[in-house]
Amino acid sequence: MAKTMEGKKASDRLAELTDKVQSSQAWNSIFRPGSIFRKGYTDSPRNRSYVIMNSVLYHLHPVKVKRHAVKVSYTLCLGGLSFFLFILLTVTGIFLMFYYRPTAAQAWDDIYTLQTSITFGLLVRNMHRWGAHLMVLSVFLHMARVFYHGAYKPPREFNWVIGVILLTLTLLLSFTGYLLPWDQLALWAVTVGTNMMGYTPVFGDQVRFVLLSGREIGTDTLLRWYVLHVLFVPFVTVIFLAIHFWRVRKDGGISGPL
Amino acid sequence: MTEIPEHLRKRAEEARKKAAAKKAEAAGDAAPSPDAGGAGGAGDGEQGASAASSRIPAHLLERSKAAKARKAGGQEADAGGTGGVAPAAAAAVATAAPPPTATGPQGHTQRLLTVVKAGSIQDVKATPQDKVHVWPHLLSAEFVAALFITAFTLIFSIFYNAPLLELADINKTPNPSKAPWYFLGLQELLTMFHPMVAGVTIPGMGIFLLILAPYIDRNPSNKPEDRKFAIAVFTVQLMFWAVLVIIGSFFRGPGFNFVAPWDAGLFFEL
Repeated sequence: MAKTMEGKKASDRLAELTDKVQSSQAWNSIFRPGSIFRKGYTDSPRNRSYVIMNSVLYHLHPVKVKRHAVKVSYTLCLGGLSFFLFILLTVTGIFLMFYYRPTAAQAWDDIYTLQTSITFGLLVRNMHRWGAHLMVLSVFLHMARVFYHGAYKPPREFNWVIGVILLTLTLLLSFTGYLLPWDQLALWAVTVGTNMMGYTPVFGDQVRFVLLSGREIGTDTLLRWYVLHVLFVPFVTVIFLAIHFWRVRKDGGISGPL
Repeated sequence: MTEIPEHLRKRAEEARKKAAAKKAEAAGDAAPSPDAGGAGGAGDGEQGASAASSRIPAHLLERSKAAKARKAGGQEADAGGTGGVAPAAAAAVATAAPPPTATGPQGHTQRLLTVVKAGSIQDVKATPQDKVHVWPHLLSAEFVAALFITAFTLIFSIFYNAPLLELADINKTPNPSKAPWYFLGLQELLTMFHPMVAGVTIPGMGIFLLILAPYIDRNPSNKPEDRKFAIAVFTVQLMFWAVLVIIGSFFRGPGFNFVAPWDAGLFFEL
């Protein structure tokens, strides 16, 4: 009896505390009026709208979409998965940056140490590597999906152009990351790749020189590709992603139905 | 934009159609259907007005008249009960009872200047769209997809390690040296064409054509049966690159010569 009384008191106190926190200025400055974190969520059409409307998700999604647009069999989630893999790669990539120095003398040793003596180092590096291959694949498949649905037709022509740019940026991201472990695979894959680009007519040598930061691959190349990989290309990619997502909504949501 | 669930909209449309059919039947063949009158009502204001008033069914008109009369009577009774004012007021109410018409004491007080169709100044969607809430319908699906891909990457990473070969050595060329898998199609082309054609011209043209695709393909339909040519061209392209990448990945060994992977093993690192 006494115990239940006490329990009730504790629950009362908890409710009181919840009320106090939720009516504090700090709480109300964080959550917008109408946010489900202000007044709780009970399932109703209005609250379903509020979940999107009063949260940061409103940048990405409208409140409502066409019914066919949520069918997984139409999009196969490929665009969303590409974006999610981009986030996953950012998170794992930041982890790797803590243990990596982009110089020819240290890079390989850093990766080796990461794999052998850092907690979850090997796992995170594996996830970064396989996630990168998956992203290239999913971006390709996303493009094929969009083509087969004729989703690049007016008014979505320009978003298709942005998409092709994003595909090349994805390839660039993957290719610049390829060099960073500084092992035989990295060195020679990049040698083959950059040799190809060196055959650009008229200024092939200059292109190669800019890419390699010198006549041949060395420690300067490593620094250059590192900066390209972790800052420059992701920065450009994020800008194009923003335009891509914005245009999806402005052009009337995803295409279809067929 | 109106958002009415598909089934409700269909039901309403059916009901409307049925009502129209019934009305047409009642009016006989001579009278034009009310829908047509409404649509073509731009021509004559008076006709439109009469059509509008005739749209109220007779029994409803009668009922409202009766209700008004009853109300007037009640007020009269009420007035009588309180011993107050004016049978005159009651009379006024009674005269006001018939529904107001467009005709004033000096003849017409209103006339139709123009009819503006809804679509001409507002972007009104002709057919309402069937929509669902992003939460929970879309967000839950996205969440599951994200979880699934994370789990897949995680489990795959537990069992398969990313390659880390020996330290890079510029003086020791491995045989074969291969580009990353997505460039192996290009490397395969290198065996057939001049390096400039294989490494720059063909991929450059490829990207260029890909960007121009929506401007080249002027066919407005997105139905697969209407765009067999576009689908055929694109599929051939995809297959072409896929085959090149597969050959470059698995069927090329030392010296970038042909090997059979089941005999000589794999010369391929991801």
